[in-house]
Amino acid sequence: MVQYLPILILLILAFGFAITNIVLSVLLGTQKPTPEKLTPYECGIDPVGSAHERFSVKFYLIAMLFVIFDIEVVFLYPWAVAFQSLKLFGFIEILIFVGIFLICYFYIWKRGGLEWE
Amino acid sequence: MTNVSVMTFNILSVLPILVLAGFGMIVLFVDILFSKRLGDKNILAYLSLAGIIIAAIVSRGTTPIALYSFNETFVIDNYSLFFNFIFLLSTGLVILISHQYMKRENINYGEYYALILFSTIGMMLMASGADLLNIYIGLEVMSISIYVLTGLKRSKLTSNEASLKYFLLGAFATGFLLYGVSIIYGATGSFNLKEIADFLINKGDVTGPFVYLGVGLIIIGLGFKVASVPFHAWVPDVYEGAPTAVTAFMSVGPKAAAFAAFIRILMTAFGSTHYEWQKIVYVLAILTMTVGNVVAVAQTNIKRMLAYSSIAHAGYLLVALVAANTLGVSGMLFYLLTYVFMNIGVFAIVIILSQRNDGFMQINDYAGLGYKHPLLAIAMTLFLLSMAGIPPTAGFIGKFYIFSAAIKSGYIGLAVIGMINSVISVYYYLRVTVVMYMQEPVREFYPLTISPFIVAAVVISVIGTLHLGIFPSKIMELVQQSILTMR
Repeated sequence: MVQYLPILILLILAFGFAITNIVLSVLLGTQKPTPEKLTPYECGIDPVGSAHERFSVKFYLIAMLFVIFDIEVVFLYPWAVAFQSLKLFGFIEILIFVGIFLICYFYIWKRGGLEWE
Repeated sequence: MTNVSVMTFNILSVLPILVLAGFGMIVLFVDILFSKRLGDKNILAYLSLAGIIIAAIVSRGTTPIALYSFNETFVIDNYSLFFNFIFLLSTGLVILISHQYMKRENINYGEYYALILFSTIGMMLMASGADLLNIYIGLEVMSISIYVLTGLKRSKLTSNEASLKYFLLGAFATGFLLYGVSIIYGATGSFNLKEIADFLINKGDVTGPFVYLGVGLIIIGLGFKVASVPFHAWVPDVYEGAPTAVTAFMSVGPKAAAFAAFIRILMTAFGSTHYEWQKIVYVLAILTMTVGNVVAVAQTNIKRMLAYSSIAHAGYLLVALVAANTLGVSGMLFYLLTYVFMNIGVFAIVIILSQRNDGFMQINDYAGLGYKHPLLAIAMTLFLLSMAGIPPTAGFIGKFYIFSAAIKSGYIGLAVIGMINSVISVYYYLRVTVVMYMQEPVREFYPLTISPFIVAAVVISVIGTLHLGIFPSKIMELVQQSILTMR
């Protein structure tokens, strides 16, 4: 268990740093709240309407599709780093991997997942 | 930089999985490319069935030794081959019973077949995983498909609720499993089941309480998937809300897959700490059997009753896990196979008799069935008798093996509790039979539309239930063979 000691120290340091800063800012800062200061954006423009609005589900759909292809790129990086040692085997593997994503892309496209209206 | 070894890359060992994945993608493609010309999508059901048959042909037979591949993370032995057979059989039967149902409920999406195939891939990965991470990935592949399938009937509120509930609780339970896996890794330094076992045998005393903590968390994660009792709260709502064909699917395959992983993890990796985890599973088994059976008595909706009966069956299977001897594990495999036949058989008949939007789901709606549709009533009676464990059906043999394994390991109290529970279960299973034969019909039995697919599923289930009940020895031999290469 000794080898985990640095992680414990890091945890204590991280929490300690965050807590110390919050406590210090409360203790040292002067607090004179005025209505202007309490608005969400203190830039002189009054907020229009409520922020608690319903968003169209399309945003979530696009975000979700983005995550899938984002993860694909994440997997390409370690392959690129290890390209020299993986040789042809790695190349064929990654082609299959990207091929499956191409199939996904085609499926999304044909199903109309990329159309906004 | 060292060269990565590709020697352990054995494509043949994952061939059944590749076949199913390929057919899943073909189904998706055929559906989107020819959706206008497909009509009622019979072709997708045929394609999926073809994929399942080819995968079954590829993974048939037995292997003399356990074959490890992919850096020892994936194993083909008789145990995983037997489970592959269970998964493919249950998926095939579910496709047979679902086609007509999907059309009737207006949810005949092509994705349904693809998701069912993908989910089966996850199950096979779980049964063949020789590595905790691989088992986890299999669990996720299986579960995510089922979360989607549960919410397939988008227009129905209960279906949405079931899907969300299953997803949130399932994700939470998976968190427990992963936490357990990470603690085990911290304590033993490996994900590999064999290496964990070696570590625990050789220097298990240096790990302290961490191994027990990890095993406990893994039991919580898998206990959720098999629907054992403190983690069962999702089962009735999800089973009731999901489309009936999906309920049939998730009450059989995923349960078998979770038990496959359960046995392999506990027996292979933690066999040396057997006396510690046994106590947990002992309590779980008693709670699961008792709560499942007692609450099932009070149900009036047939899907909810089957949900609680599914919890109770998980309890019987946990008894076999407590016994943890050869007879127990082989009894469990045998019981899982019989459970495929009897459970899917019951759900097939529920589907035939129900109406759009889950009409006629109350047990009282079955009144008078014995006279109006005698064949259906006989088949239903047979499946229910088998679930209650009455000879000459398969359920009796399965229970017999499991309880005798418990007695052989010295758990006589547990076996007695199991038998008392069996008696309780007879009450609610036979109540349906009593309603079918001894009460006047309260509903109109309009001419039922029965597709040849679903008839085939019922016939196969009847044959399976009777065959395993009358001639169990051949399958029992196969089962005993399949656990020989495991350890």
